[in-house]
Amino acid sequence: MTDRAERQYELVYILPADTTEQQVTELHTQVEAVVSRMDGKIEKTENWGRRKLAYEISHQKEGVYVLQVINGSGELMKELDRRLRVMDQVIRHLVVRVDQEKNVVERTRSKRVADSQRRRVKRGLPPVRQPGEGRPAGEVEEPDDDRFDGMEV
Amino acid sequence: MPFGQGRSGGGGSGGAGGRGRGRGDKKTGDKVQGQRRPMFRRRKVCKFCADKIDDINYKDAKLIGPFVPERGKILPRRISGTCAMHQRKLQTAIKRARQIALIPYVTD
Repeated sequence: MTDRAERQYELVYILPADTTEQQVTELHTQVEAVVSRMDGKIEKTENWGRRKLAYEISHQKEGVYVLQVINGSGELMKELDRRLRVMDQVIRHLVVRVDQEKNVVERTRSKRVADSQRRRVKRGLPPVRQPGEGRPAGEVEEPDDDRFDGMEV
Repeated sequence: MPFGQGRSGGGGSGGAGGRGRGRGDKKTGDKVQGQRRPMFRRRKVCKFCADKIDDINYKDAKLIGPFVPERGKILPRRISGTCAMHQRKLQTAIKRARQIALIPYVTD
């Protein structure tokens, strides 16, 4: 257990649809201030723009989504979570820790690649799939006969 | 919905429920031999295993969408054919997506 290990979090927050660009940047600077004060780092900011909400949140049918990837400690996110909860202009927010999941995904991916390479070498093939090998991409498989529901003859 | 429909016996997406298959059997009327023959059923394959999707992300509503039918419930594994590991990941993804209103909790 390393105590100082940096964690990565994703923060998504939703603002009402009528927020101006200026308000969005204003909120962004507020978040940034908290992050930098507690020596974290904003890795990435994505503005998804206006999206339809799947259900009404505080009488809003649409919202402006902002995603931020933040590196920092758990205390930082706790503080950020608390502040966002208090803010009136944020109608919904979500904090998710992503570093562990990312590692898992990477591990499974690399494991799969290694496995396939090992198998291919075993079969006496070059480790990476060559162009033009296997079934051509354009070929269409027979349509799925999912609907067949009767007796087999 | 790619899943659920067309498997009326297994899924029972409509009101008719599990009775659908019974009726079908009677219509074919194979009375010569009393016992049931094994039904042809396409083997269900986990979509995420087949497509090699490692990361089931809550932000990807398009990916999760087919596993959330109109009602808003999570599609069970026995219908979608998802493997246990991916169903678990899918479950957390759906629950997160619901929190940020990408997917409804319920719709009536």
